[in-house]
Amino acid sequence: MTSLPAIRPEKRLGLAIDLDTCVGCHACATNCKEWNTGGISGPLTDVNAYEAEQQGVWFNRVFTYEVGGEGPNARTVHFPKNCLHCETPACVTVCPTGASYKRSEDGIVLVDHDRCIGCKLCSWACPYGAREYDEVVGVMKKCTLCVDKIYNENLPEEDRVPACVAACPSKARHFGDFADPNSTVSKLTAERGGYDLMPEKGYRPTSKYLPPRPGRRSAAPVSAAGEPGLEGAGRFLKWVDRILSR
Amino acid sequence: MHPAYSVIFFTTASGAGYGLLILAAIFAVGGLLPATGLLGLVLVGLALALIGGGLLSSTFHLGRPERAVNALSQWRTSWLSREGVLAIATFLPAGLFAVGWVFLGKTTGFFGWMGVAAALLAVLTVFSTSMIYASLTTIPQWNLATVPMAYLALGLMSGAVLLAFVTRLFGVHGTAVDVVAIAAILIGWGVKTAYWTAIDGRLPESDLGSATGLGRFGAVRILEQPHTEANFLMHEMGYRVARKHARRLRSLAHVGLFALPLLFVVAGLFAPEVTATAMAAGAVLALVVGLLTERWLFFAEARHDCMIWYGR
Ligand code: SF4
Ligand code: SF4
Repeated sequence: MTSLPAIRPEKRLGLAIDLDTCVGCHACATNCKEWNTGGISGPLTDVNAYEAEQQGVWFNRVFTYEVGGEGPNARTVHFPKNCLHCETPACVTVCPTGASYKRSEDGIVLVDHDRCIGCKLCSWACPYGAREYDEVVGVMKKCTLCVDKIYNENLPEEDRVPACVAACPSKARHFGDFADPNSTVSKLTAERGGYDLMPEKGYRPTSKYLPPRPGRRSAAPVSAAGEPGLEGAGRFLKWVDRILSR
Repeated sequence: MHPAYSVIFFTTASGAGYGLLILAAIFAVGGLLPATGLLGLVLVGLALALIGGGLLSSTFHLGRPERAVNALSQWRTSWLSREGVLAIATFLPAGLFAVGWVFLGKTTGFFGWMGVAAALLAVLTVFSTSMIYASLTTIPQWNLATVPMAYLALGLMSGAVLLAFVTRLFGVHGTAVDVVAIAAILIGWGVKTAYWTAIDGRLPESDLGSATGLGRFGAVRILEQPHTEANFLMHEMGYRVARKHARRLRSLAHVGLFALPLLFVVAGLFAPEVTATAMAAGAVLALVVGLLTERWLFFAEARHDCMIWYGR
């Protein structure tokens, strides 16, 4: 059914993505492809995989932006982006077949690959560019929030998180329930001023982005006069101190 | 947006077919066309062929056309589904209307009502087609009231130009057809001009700074694309037509779609029968070129918001 759930799902699963710590390594994207090509969405096909004009299905794509021009405040921000499992997404309601749906139990947005006719209209309706057409199979695919992993009782409990979250070496991706105010994702969002992408579209994304912390590079040297104990310490110790005093 | 030929053909052909069906039904029911079998066969036959051909070609761009019937299920929320349901529903009264006209020589009474029903459903179908595009808030060049207006006006206009040609061929032409054609062309021209003015003046709602939420730290610029080669989104939504070409093609649309058909129809009013028929044929030819150009531009000039992420 492409009608959205009548009542707000009790659980609202999503990601909090930390733009401050993401190092742009693409591990999340790679592990996503690895898990999902063998999971319920698989295979995530590639075309011309070993030649020019290669193209393939990826649920997660990592952009890199330069912010603030070239001056002292310039910074590089790595920006991973996958489906935000929006609360009122038109990608679901435009679907003519009922293949696209939003789960009422946890808010995950999925495609039923056996119903989809590959009309691509849902991809036209997503402002985030989160839908991925599989031209070999002829159906639309998308991030499932690893629905076949997060509820998988064959896996040890600590592994029941989306593949991207499991892979991230810099803990830039947090998974949890935004309906629970005590979840890590809710707390991080509250503490760090987590925000919605393109709120003007009215899709109400569930997943949030945590902004880069401002101005660290232009801050005064850490070991300022009057701060005891670091005179004569080597660069390594100063670095350790800086990390610890964050 | 990528201008797929199957979708261009589908929207123009079915729009013209519905326009012709609407006008042929109104004229026949109103007694302005004789209830002769061959005329009915050509008019309703041409209309249904254009509609059917268009619908068939629309399935060519599907990844899984064999499941197309699934698309009839979600009419509660989806304009694409509504369009499918209405398109099929139109065939029933249109078919009965055709039977009455072609085989029984009747365009009044029950068959007249079938003609009216077919015309109404045809209007709703064209409106639904246009709403598939106009309802997408992700594409500023489509999310406009002038989009459904243009689809309806251009459909009626194409139908009127076709009707004028066929009635001249059959020697059953009356000025009422030309009056409708002239009015439809003028309305279409006005709506399309308003549309082009609107999209030229429309400022984007979002940019890279607002989309990423990083604009508060300064100007945002793409440094690295997520992939070295273009992906599905960039092929499907990243189509860009040079401004210079768009201008030229718009001029071609102004001439082919509006100016020439208008000239031919008006001149036909004062020309002897044979010349007028040739002119009506010329109007159809100009219309075909103009309509395909206009529809190509409708896609090529549309810019999808998801390309903002790619810095374009
Ligand atoms: S991010 Fe795009 S695909 Fe995902 S729910 Fe929102 S609109 Fe739909
Ligand atoms: S491509 Fe599939 S999931 Fe997307 S709108 Fe079409 S039928 Fe629905």
